[in-house]
Amino acid sequence: MGKGMFSESQLERMEREYQDWLGEYQKALQRLPERLERFSTVSDMEVKSLYTPLDIKGKDYFQDLGFPGQYPFTRGVQPTMYRARLWTMRMFAGLGTAEDTNKRFHYLIEHGETGLSTAFDFPTLMGYDTEAPVARGECGKCGVAIDTIEDMQRLFAGINLEEVTTSMTINPPASVIWAMYIANAENEGYDRKKLGGTIQNDCLKEFIAQKTLMLPPEPSLRLVVDTVEFGTYEVPRWNTISISGYHIREAGATAVQELAFTIYDGITYVEECIKRGLKVDDFAGRLSFFWNSHIDFFEEIAKMRAARRLWARIMKERFKAQKPRSMMCRFHTQTAGCSLTAQEPYNNIIRTTTEALAAVLGGTQSLHTNSLDEVYMIPSEEAVRIALRTQQILADETGVANVIDPLAGSYFVEALTDKMEEEAMAYIRKLDELGGMVAAIEKDYPQMEIADAAYQFQQQVERGEKIIIGVNKFPSDRPELEFVLRIDDELENFQIERTRQFKEKRDKVKLQKAMDELRRRCEGPPCWENNVMPALIDAVRAGATEQECCDLYREVFGIYTDPGTF
Amino acid sequence: MSEERKLRILIAKPGLDGHDRGARVIARAFRDAGFEVIYTGCHQTPEQIVNTAIQEDVDLIGLSILSGAHRYSFPRVMELLKENNAEDIAVIGGGIFPLEDIPKLKAVGIKEIFEPGAKLEEIVNWVRTHIKPRKALVA
Repeated sequence: MGKGMFSESQLERMEREYQDWLGEYQKALQRLPERLERFSTVSDMEVKSLYTPLDIKGKDYFQDLGFPGQYPFTRGVQPTMYRARLWTMRMFAGLGTAEDTNKRFHYLIEHGETGLSTAFDFPTLMGYDTEAPVARGECGKCGVAIDTIEDMQRLFAGINLEEVTTSMTINPPASVIWAMYIANAENEGYDRKKLGGTIQNDCLKEFIAQKTLMLPPEPSLRLVVDTVEFGTYEVPRWNTISISGYHIREAGATAVQELAFTIYDGITYVEECIKRGLKVDDFAGRLSFFWNSHIDFFEEIAKMRAARRLWARIMKERFKAQKPRSMMCRFHTQTAGCSLTAQEPYNNIIRTTTEALAAVLGGTQSLHTNSLDEVYMIPSEEAVRIALRTQQILADETGVANVIDPLAGSYFVEALTDKMEEEAMAYIRKLDELGGMVAAIEKDYPQMEIADAAYQFQQQVERGEKIIIGVNKFPSDRPELEFVLRIDDELENFQIERTRQFKEKRDKVKLQKAMDELRRRCEGPPCWENNVMPALIDAVRAGATEQECCDLYREVFGIYTDPGTF
Repeated sequence: MSEERKLRILIAKPGLDGHDRGARVIARAFRDAGFEVIYTGCHQTPEQIVNTAIQEDVDLIGLSILSGAHRYSFPRVMELLKENNAEDIAVIGGGIFPLEDIPKLKAVGIKEIFEPGAKLEEIVNWVRTHIKPRKALVA
């Protein structure tokens, strides 16, 4: 027997019989032709009518798949997967004031959610307090408004921060918000060494896709490395970067682009941390990933399996990691917001269910399921409960969590996994040639690849080559849902006033001292002695607002604005 | 004899949201339809948008927003156009809006609102039908 999983004689027979079958298939098509001129995934990757052992004949089980919890982790990062512990059900939530969001957190926990995930409003995401003129009209609309450490206290009131892990979707101001989280947790009596959670903190994908922009790429990376360094020594259970494909995909990327650009962002962070002097095995185990689960079922499963194998190989071969943990692509998944429709919104439950099932079969560590009304705005309680229940039904009723990586060995899924890895590697080589991700971003390369894919997809939809039910097939008017959430415009004034009062009672001398130290560290060369985190923790404890810290960043490091290319 | 110049369109993203997929797609569609297109990029204040529109001498502003802050930014753009005697620049909007907001946006002078599912072709045709160059260039 050769390298592969099938003997030479089996493959020879397979080749002959496959050709015979193809003949039969062609004959049958003369009576009834194929439904479509071309069959392809939602990312426009062409798929054949049938996959056989011939499509995976070069595969070596031990090298390419292995066992769950073993290199290259294609079959999952843990040996036990969902047999021992289900994925974390982590619903992205944030609305209105900190109290409103805290109420939502408690509601979700009462209904069986097992991890928290915080959505901040746009001013918070961009490093502005609610009172900033550019923040007019945004307060609490797309997430929760957090200006101060007191808001952070209100946000997590009544939640045990050593028991629940908390994910925070925050990027350019990640260091500031994390400092508020740590300072607040310590104020409440928790030990920073026991805090578990994730800050998204993935600045590169902001330039590529999500566009919450603040600082230029170089200083953005410096702050990311500061947080990784601080986490490595001080908050060892924290995932310091959630390297995110989600937003890249939502911006219109294909599955391969999502995979490739995200993995390359990961490569960049690892390189930067090594440059700082960190040892790969000291920090890589705390890097996590975040994938989109789009509507094309098998493509997503293949992408997630390929991501694990690709990351493991890169960490081992490119970065010479030794610890298995450093090679694991552990990831959160969110179902695809961009696959949902405003038309006939109840159909979104079906889309989300399919996408969630793909994430589970893809071996995700945690999952957010979109609510049916998220096409309109942040979800209502009624809709979010259905979305959470979707995960619970998958977990407890359907049996899909009983067997580890149940689709392994499917000729199609394995062949598609290989293709994902191959095509992603081609992008990775291209990015190497361009001189790395920062150089590529400056050349507008990933941004334009995504814009091309987004435009092509939209044209395919308009030509009817890609079908969206309720939009271009069985088109339907948009009904208004009866339970769409509204955020009161008056919240803005309430929050502005509250932050104003908070600022008045601060100890000005103590605050100034802390801010001076933060500035000194920012202006100094990047190193442990100039790590911003200890200074930030002191500053926010002394009452520095999010914007005050971010304004200091902007002054020292400069600003980055969207180049507005299309 | 005067020749109609190409329509000049400003695609603008007011507010702080970064959801620019729609804005960039419609910018390309307008360009492919033969219009001259300027795109502001994300995170523009109403003041910046109106300044750009006047400086670039556009015929139409397309505002794209998905954050829910349209209730502030759309009327503010209209107000500023009026203050700058540039009310003849037409304004349309695209994005996600509670249905009850749409008549209010039209009442302040937004000519049309395109919702999720609007076809590019439909939007391009609407522009061809409803928007004419503000000042014909003298040949």
